[in-house]
Amino acid sequence: METENTVQELTALARAEITIEIGGVAVRVHSTNGSFLEMLERRYAGFVSFGKRARFEFDIELAEPSGGNADAELRVTWDSGLWRVERGDFAAELNPLTRRGRIRQSPNPYSIDAVFRILHTLLLAREGGFLLHAASAIRNGKAFVFAGVSGAGKTTIASFAPADATLLTDEISYVRKDGDGYTAFGTPFTGELGKLGENVCAPISGLYLLEKGPQNRIAPVAAGEASRAFLANVLFFAEDQELVRAVFRSACEFVDQVPVHRLTFVPDSRVWEMLT
Amino acid sequence: MSCKLYVTRSASVAARKLGDEMLIMSGRDSTLFTLDEVATILWEAADGWRPLDEIVDEKICGEFEVERGEALQDAIALVEGLAEHGILLLSNEPPGEPNSQGQIER
Repeated sequence: METENTVQELTALARAEITIEIGGVAVRVHSTNGSFLEMLERRYAGFVSFGKRARFEFDIELAEPSGGNADAELRVTWDSGLWRVERGDFAAELNPLTRRGRIRQSPNPYSIDAVFRILHTLLLAREGGFLLHAASAIRNGKAFVFAGVSGAGKTTIASFAPADATLLTDEISYVRKDGDGYTAFGTPFTGELGKLGENVCAPISGLYLLEKGPQNRIAPVAAGEASRAFLANVLFFAEDQELVRAVFRSACEFVDQVPVHRLTFVPDSRVWEMLT
Repeated sequence: MSCKLYVTRSASVAARKLGDEMLIMSGRDSTLFTLDEVATILWEAADGWRPLDEIVDEKICGEFEVERGEALQDAIALVEGLAEHGILLLSNEPPGEPNSQGQIER
């Protein structure tokens, strides 16, 4: 009987939490709802981590929407030692000192996805990195990052990636400062392709500003234009002057160090012949 | 009697000069501004203790072929526009010692 109890306890423990590692940062999520955790396990397949020490932990409180404004826009604020993240479909808070937080949301995969994105933008802002509106892929050991607004061709170029390329994401790229260079990590944040990136990383060889056109062409971009385009694609939500300034400085540093090109391309696989 | 207008770079922005232009990001709402060459000159000179008309005389009229009245009028319109976005501060008296607010990243 004692063995049976232990098994039950372990099963309950196994269902009580899940650790999701994105960009090398493990975040543990606790919930008493096993089916919600199973849903997360499917949603973040490839990014679920086992046995790794979590850098942050969140308790999930599942609840139906409170009847407030479901369409309320996202707000990320710093208040009394806590990051508070609120949107119509969820409310979350994080104490960066204790590295613990909680999320109140309904049992859906989209709310916690937003919390993860915001958490990583806050972390990366202090470390010279970013989440970018960009597709990215690894080829020949180098990461290529393709930035652009909706319709610029992120999903298109990702969908034509050759077999020897590893897709990191077709929508939101994870960029971390790494010594004198930058590294791109795979993310589970998907766009129209609906395919999770591979959970791997590689040094970034270049940033390409996407533009569909009549022929394939790569052209250099002047520093001012590169900085503006880069900043326009950085995801950052916090109402925090210090962090906004930090992101701006980091963006300028990135553009100083990483070659930025304008990539005009015909939407077919031949564009990848220029990216080796 | 005409009042002097003093202009000071806001401490809540980050700025970086790239060539002849200046990129400025508002820390308040993350809005990005790009200043052209003349606006960049005014921005760099906006240390809070030199009045705008003196800046225009020295930095604009001294460097560009432009009529003083017109240059001053354009400069006032520019700084008032930037002040509306909170990236410049305007006052009718100098705030004190020259400061390093709105430090420019180089």
